[in-house]
Amino acid sequence: MTMVTVRPEEQEAAAAATPEYEKAASRAASRRGLLLALPAYAYLVLFFAVPLGIVMIYSFATRNRFGGTDLSGWNLEAYRKLGDPIVRDILFRSLWLAILTTLICLVVSYPFAYFMATRGPVVRNVMLIFVMIPFWTNFLVRNYAWRVLLGNDGLFTNISEAIGLGERELLFTTSAVMIGLVYGSLPFMVLPLYASIERIDLSLIEASRDLYASGFQTLRRILFPLSMPGVIAGSILVFVPSLGAYVTPEILGGAKTTLLGSYIVTQFLTARNWPVGASLSFVLMAVMLVATVVYFRTGGRNL
Amino acid sequence: MTSDGGNDQVNNQAAALELTAITKRFGSVVAVDNVDLEIADGEFFALLGPSGCGKTTTLRMIAGLELPSEGSLKIFGDEAATLPPNKRPVNTVFQDYALFPHMTVEVNVAFGLKMQRVPKVEIAERVREAIGLVRLEGLEQRRSQQLSGGQRQRVALARALVNRPKVLLLDEPLGALDLKLRQEMQGELKALQREVGITFVFVTHDQEEALTMADRIGVLNEGELLQVGTPAEIYEHPVNRFVANFIGQTNLLDATVVSNDTVCLANGVHIPGKSDLDVGSRVAVCLRPERAGMHRPDQVPADHQSVVGRLESVTYLGNALVYTVAFEWARLEVRRENQPGGYRPYVGEEVAVSWTLDAISVVRA
Amino acid sequence: MSSTVQPRGATKIALSVHSWLVYIFFFAPIFVLIVFSFSDGRNVGRWGGFTLEWYQGFFDHNQIQSAVWVSIRVALLSTVISVVLGTLAALALERFKFRGRQVFDALLYLPIIIPDVTMAVMMLLFFSEFFELLDAWFNLDWQKGFGSITISHIAFNISFVSVVVRARLAGMSEVLEEAALDLYATRWKTFRYVTFPQIMPGVAAGALLALTESLDDVVVTQFAAGPGATTLPVFVFGLIRRGVTPLVNATSVLMLTASVFLVALSLAFQQFSGRGGRSLLRGGREAVSTPNNQMKKEIYQ
Repeated sequence: MTMVTVRPEEQEAAAAATPEYEKAASRAASRRGLLLALPAYAYLVLFFAVPLGIVMIYSFATRNRFGGTDLSGWNLEAYRKLGDPIVRDILFRSLWLAILTTLICLVVSYPFAYFMATRGPVVRNVMLIFVMIPFWTNFLVRNYAWRVLLGNDGLFTNISEAIGLGERELLFTTSAVMIGLVYGSLPFMVLPLYASIERIDLSLIEASRDLYASGFQTLRRILFPLSMPGVIAGSILVFVPSLGAYVTPEILGGAKTTLLGSYIVTQFLTARNWPVGASLSFVLMAVMLVATVVYFRTGGRNL
Repeated sequence: MTSDGGNDQVNNQAAALELTAITKRFGSVVAVDNVDLEIADGEFFALLGPSGCGKTTTLRMIAGLELPSEGSLKIFGDEAATLPPNKRPVNTVFQDYALFPHMTVEVNVAFGLKMQRVPKVEIAERVREAIGLVRLEGLEQRRSQQLSGGQRQRVALARALVNRPKVLLLDEPLGALDLKLRQEMQGELKALQREVGITFVFVTHDQEEALTMADRIGVLNEGELLQVGTPAEIYEHPVNRFVANFIGQTNLLDATVVSNDTVCLANGVHIPGKSDLDVGSRVAVCLRPERAGMHRPDQVPADHQSVVGRLESVTYLGNALVYTVAFEWARLEVRRENQPGGYRPYVGEEVAVSWTLDAISVVRA
Repeated sequence: MSSTVQPRGATKIALSVHSWLVYIFFFAPIFVLIVFSFSDGRNVGRWGGFTLEWYQGFFDHNQIQSAVWVSIRVALLSTVISVVLGTLAALALERFKFRGRQVFDALLYLPIIIPDVTMAVMMLLFFSEFFELLDAWFNLDWQKGFGSITISHIAFNISFVSVVVRARLAGMSEVLEEAALDLYATRWKTFRYVTFPQIMPGVAAGALLALTESLDDVVVTQFAAGPGATTLPVFVFGLIRRGVTPLVNATSVLMLTASVFLVALSLAFQQFSGRGGRSLLRGGREAVSTPNNQMKKEIYQ
């Protein structure tokens, strides 16, 4: 008599089912769900949603003469600053650099990802692991490594001098920033590209060759269109973060190459123009949101 | 099951399961519609129907995994409709067995007893017994990934039976097995049920499986329980066209009730056919292919009804032959054992398809 | 006859050379960094003989040592809290329907996809307003430091944990939980004996991801840190801005080692946790690509 039995005296009162009972039960389940979610929910509202709201409020506020912020009069002054030539230059420079970084990553990654996808399983796995190692190592350190390499007494300069190219100073130029961005972003292009190329039925390429297509035609008309999801996903994963990059330009760039991320930070730390910083942060987030929506729309969910 | 005598005495007269006006709605969809069903103690009962007919939902309501929207569900006389699954003396063998992958066979089987805080010594004893019952000795330390489909099913059975449930529920228990193993397990399940004497309720979409194993069958379609009966009752006296069609091969001829012992076929011919339906209602005459006779048109026995048509095709099945006879208003299949001699018409020949009065049944259209 | 799918001849050679160049690009900077962290002499471009003095310097540097401890404490505390909250959130979202579920779902995704700079600005403004309020209402003079850094790390780590745990939960059939309930387990015991052991690898992966994120973060931390305390990456970032020194090299190599160690640990754990037949790589790939947003997160910095 150890099993749970239906001995009436033991059992909690059970009744016939009614729609009211069903409703009550589903409400109880819903309450349990909410209860589980509540700690994280409350935390995120307090320490994420509220801060986001504060940034929004600040973006409509005015800077006062002492570098403080006047929260009373709401206006679009800070957003109007986006049209300012200095800010516009920074926006365009950031945009241009992000686009260029994305294109370079795509051109470098595509043949690499294709080569990887056509290897045998063992080689493929080894190749993949070696893409992931730099990807998991500390981001700050990876950027710093380039600073060591490109510095004025760094290895790159020494080599360039030794082979007679003269003293080449790359550090603190836009090129250095771009190298850093490409370096940091490359795995994010390689992985989705690889995933989408690997998924393609490679006998399609055979079929294309059988139907008299040249190698290039096959690439253009078969391979590339079919790997489009990976191209889109990779491009967004590279473009969006590059646009808001802060650490890389700070370490590898110079005063003449201020980008959006650094400019925002400057508004808060030195220029003391918080409304402008807040409005730019908001613009950056909007770009990110649009890109994310595009990303999910194109089925990038399970990348 | 004799171990819980106390309960047996209390509920001696009660049915193992008694469903009264059970209904389940998912939003606006009625998955199970006002089902009444009584299953006796010790019965091997099959819930049969096509996919989406509500049979699994019914089973899940009995298990407590789904709360009925309405109705009463009694287990050995005690109301249980709103009881949570862990408070019901009912266990389930899930469709894909749902063995816990992070536990060995032994720990899987012991799980229910452990949850009920059965003393360790007794757990060990009962687990050993249950594993013996399903003949899995020697595999106690395996994990489910290391077992074959048939073995997994046995573990699932042992894991449920070790709790000595009052009713065992099985959701498509043989669905995941290949044909040969399935046929083997049919016999084994039946024998196991006799051995343990527990009420088994199983869900299947396979009519042959239901006919072979069950003592009684309940046929469901679109949430409605259409007919409950022994395999023979259901096969021979289906209540309507759906049941007739779903169980076994059959010929259905459209007809109209003329009187309580006559129906009018679609070609206007009146034939004898008993029914208690209203005059004028549309019905179908159900004639099983193996019950139909076939003769030269001039040699039909006197006590047979017949219709004459043209032989359209012959399908050779080895042990039998299926003749398709076409009429202007219908097409009939006749199944003949493949025996030497006898009547063997040619395709294109005129033949008479015949039947005796007890070979047909009149069902609701 | 070989397949036309496999690149052949000149194409194959070109692709192969290209791949080697990509790998050189990936590893050369790291390699150089490691080598020169052992180089004697202030010049980081010329080899000056082997030395360990920079590593000695790392351990002797008081500010670095205190930053290391802040980093470790922040990482551990924020990981523990976000693992609990994130796992609960994942369970709620995967197993329950409740009012406000969709809003919560969206709110949970935002910290992952929001640019770091924006999140940093959020934290700066939030804490400045918050501490002002505390001062005005309760006359409390609180400062940014350990507490504010930890709070901001939890804010993004909850999301990372919940994404990883949700992926694991989604892959786990609910039927297992139903089977446990059917076998007389209470809701708690079902979680304890069935759900939790099943999602354990996801929880562990989530914890390691949270740990990595916390140890990696520069931008958000920089804005949430104050005179009270700062973390190692923020401190090192400050040093880097002032110039390249062998001390930073050594510190970087140690940070690199720590992150590689964490990844190896995560791969080993996933391999070890009995996902029968799964190769190391597939485990690793999952760890890396399930939260694909980890990628975004990193580059924002």
